[in-house]
Amino acid sequence: MADDVLFEFLHMEMVSHVYKEQASREDIDKERVTCVSTLEGMGFRVGQGLIERFTKDCPTFKDDLDIMKFLCKDFWTGIFRKQVDNLRTNHQGTYVLQDNKFTLLTQVSSGKQHLEEAPKYLAYSCGLIRGALSNLGLESVVTAEVSLMPSCEYLL
Amino acid sequence: MYVIICMHCFCPQNYPLYIRSVPSQSELKFHYTVHTSLDVVEEKISTVGKAMAEQRELYLGLLYPTEDYKVYGYVTNSKVKFVIVVDSSNTSLRDNEIRSMFRKLHNSFTDVMCNPFYNPGDPIQSKAFDSMVSAMMVQSS
Repeated sequence: MADDVLFEFLHMEMVSHVYKEQASREDIDKERVTCVSTLEGMGFRVGQGLIERFTKDCPTFKDDLDIMKFLCKDFWTGIFRKQVDNLRTNHQGTYVLQDNKFTLLTQVSSGKQHLEEAPKYLAYSCGLIRGALSNLGLESVVTAEVSLMPSCEYLL
Repeated sequence: MYVIICMHCFCPQNYPLYIRSVPSQSELKFHYTVHTSLDVVEEKISTVGKAMAEQRELYLGLLYPTEDYKVYGYVTNSKVKFVIVVDSSNTSLRDNEIRSMFRKLHNSFTDVMCNPFYNPGDPIQSKAFDSMVSAMMVQSS
């Protein structure tokens, strides 16, 4: 079915729309930063609502690790139809989520091409994760890195 | 038949998002009751720990000398608390009914949350939520 693809297209349009808006105003300097924060803000609000829906039927989480596992499995599956491939932690509050075939990046390229454009497409999902965690009671800072398309890593 | 006297909804920072009571009763007394029951809710949340991962908690108690009524609580995963006060002057309540009431509340709350015009932390002003609560209160009286 075309369902999966719909969101990918919407997301690509969202990103290009936000950037076009910004370009038609002044300041090229601030352009990058404000666009990314706008996209991240959108993701934040959506993450909050989504987590409410997804956790409706789950039992209460016992601790942070439990929350992270839920994020990697059910949450990711619900949104991107696959699970996070790798979860690492240093047991002191930092977690790394790695996805080797990130849905929103697969169509962009499958190597090193367009690497510098990648962050734009990851801003929304960073916001998504941050919103989800904040609604579960965890304050966090989420950053994303891409070294090889279409795999990406999220650092919390 | 039992009568729901009032229904409150609290956000994670413990201020009320939604308050609804049957107007003929003395509202302030019920607000007070509900606020004190929040303490009990907090206590229950903090003692879950390694015990079972039970999402719903039923709090039975707060029997006052003049009237008999019971306070029930429910906590979601995003730390939003719902409290219902019921006057059980006639027959006793069945667990399932209370659970289904909380279920409906949770569902409506989720819908409110997903509304893009709603900012988390604001008082709930959704008509759908209101009508759902009214229907519940009317149905049980």
